[in-house]
Amino acid sequence: MSNGNGFQRADFDAIAGWVRPASRVLDLGCGDGVLLKYLKGARGVTGYGVEIDDVNVLGCVTNGVNVIQSDLERGLSDFEDRSFDYVILSQTLQAIENSERIVAEMLRVGREGIVTFPNFGYWKNRLQVVGGHMPVSDNLPYEWHDTPNVHLCTIADFERFCAGRAVKILERKVLTRGRPVAFLPNLLGSLAVYRFQRAAN
Amino acid sequence: MDTGIASISVGAVAPQTARFTEPIRLRGGAVMDAYDLVYETYGRLNADRSNAVLVCHALNAAHHVAGYYADDPGNVGWWDNMIGPGKPIDTDRFFVIGVNNLGGCHGSTGPMSVNPGTGRPWGADFPVVTVEDWVATQARLADRLGIRQFAAAIGGSLGAMQALAWSYLYPERVRHAIVIACAPNLSAQNIAFNEVARQAIITDPDFHGGHYYEHHTRPTRGLRVARMIGHITYLSDDEMASKFGRQLRNGKLGYSFESEFEIESYLRHQGGKFSEYFDANTYLRITKVLDYFDPALEHGGSLARAFAPASANFLVVSFTTDWRFSPARSREIVKALLDNGRDVSYAEINAPHGHDAFLLEDARYHRLIAAYFDRAAQELNA
Repeated sequence: MSNGNGFQRADFDAIAGWVRPASRVLDLGCGDGVLLKYLKGARGVTGYGVEIDDVNVLGCVTNGVNVIQSDLERGLSDFEDRSFDYVILSQTLQAIENSERIVAEMLRVGREGIVTFPNFGYWKNRLQVVGGHMPVSDNLPYEWHDTPNVHLCTIADFERFCAGRAVKILERKVLTRGRPVAFLPNLLGSLAVYRFQRAAN
Repeated sequence: MDTGIASISVGAVAPQTARFTEPIRLRGGAVMDAYDLVYETYGRLNADRSNAVLVCHALNAAHHVAGYYADDPGNVGWWDNMIGPGKPIDTDRFFVIGVNNLGGCHGSTGPMSVNPGTGRPWGADFPVVTVEDWVATQARLADRLGIRQFAAAIGGSLGAMQALAWSYLYPERVRHAIVIACAPNLSAQNIAFNEVARQAIITDPDFHGGHYYEHHTRPTRGLRVARMIGHITYLSDDEMASKFGRQLRNGKLGYSFESEFEIESYLRHQGGKFSEYFDANTYLRITKVLDYFDPALEHGGSLARAFAPASANFLVVSFTTDWRFSPARSREIVKALLDNGRDVSYAEINAPHGHDAFLLEDARYHRLIAAYFDRAAQELNA
């Protein structure tokens, strides 16, 4: 999670490009609130972050961002159906125990969901695995033994997941070092950003 | 670092008294024709009178929130670790007000005061008051001090109920409500504890139906037991175990009913101390204030509808080991505020001390309050 001055994560711009001005946003696993702070400034959004970590909750208050200290694994029972325009899960999906439930909860509470995650299929990650090690990189900064990431996936994995669960992908952006990747995204993209909604039955 | 901060005090302070002669009709129907409120202030009110913070007290405290008295330096305010120069509620930036509520026993008009109708102490005839009554009288004090809008109203426990009530009774008069270790109403279990406390007082032979002043006595035994009950519920089981365990005062069992276990000695000491300075009639009334607080009641049980008029920003804080005002109860408040789309932050502090945690110095807790008030200070012009 970023908290340095002026530093901005690559997925922030991608997300801000999608979010309509003055919309209501719920940011799950919001860290110290920098994304919401950015969206407040860039898009005039209102909303809340959800965060479990004490230091991050303090960071949110310092950043002037509404934060609800809560464990995402408990679901989103504090929030009513369709009470947000967007529910964002930014670089957190891979650390959630129950991936299926959190995506379902996102689409219950919000009209649209936005997720970003490090693409495990990125060639540098594949190369490290071929070299005999779990990948460690800017997007995956943890060693195998201290990682909070329990459900890493590739772009192809996520899209198969959505197809099997009535989740309709509206837009996708794939980035490497902040630049869009159009060619062979599952191989050449290090970060995936998706916007999705509930598929009509 | 925290010890350094704590050693800085607002210094010697002095209480003031405001007399109100415009009658006030209380929720219970009684009318008070005139009353006094005793209060203290710390820091300076800024030019546009926008930096005032109201600190609301809980069951056993009063207007002496910070600092000490020149003639009694050991008498330090009950929230001195929170309020002062450079402290989380920084008196270099905020003008802080502590007020002894109506019905109290620290100088504001209460059961010990003289009833102008009879020329004798009110005693049992002093009306039962409510959180809403308190807030209404606090608003009159604010008028008197020229404060149209508070930067913040803050309190823990029963004090937090007053901060909450400010937000929906006078939405235009409070920019931030800081609600610590609170509940949207008392559970049956909580009312039960209060009722045991009341029965201990009322059945004390020295109670005399509440007119004990005329008999030149006080129901100290009942008050002592009432306070002992309270103390048990303010601490967590773990905290009591680590503080006292099964330790014996004399190292061996005495096969008697003397105070043997350390916990017995602690409770007797706390109860005894309290019964010396607190008035039993006030204690009875304050437990009723707690029992009656239930903002959802007038809104068909909907807390969300009760908070609909509120426009303040909220910070709600609970403590993991507080079983008397548990985190689940704070989450009910948060849920109702979320349903109204209010600006609210919620923090659950992992502290071992139970309900008492709101009074204690805990780095995570104090940093959070400091950060919140720092944001509130940035909104000020001065």
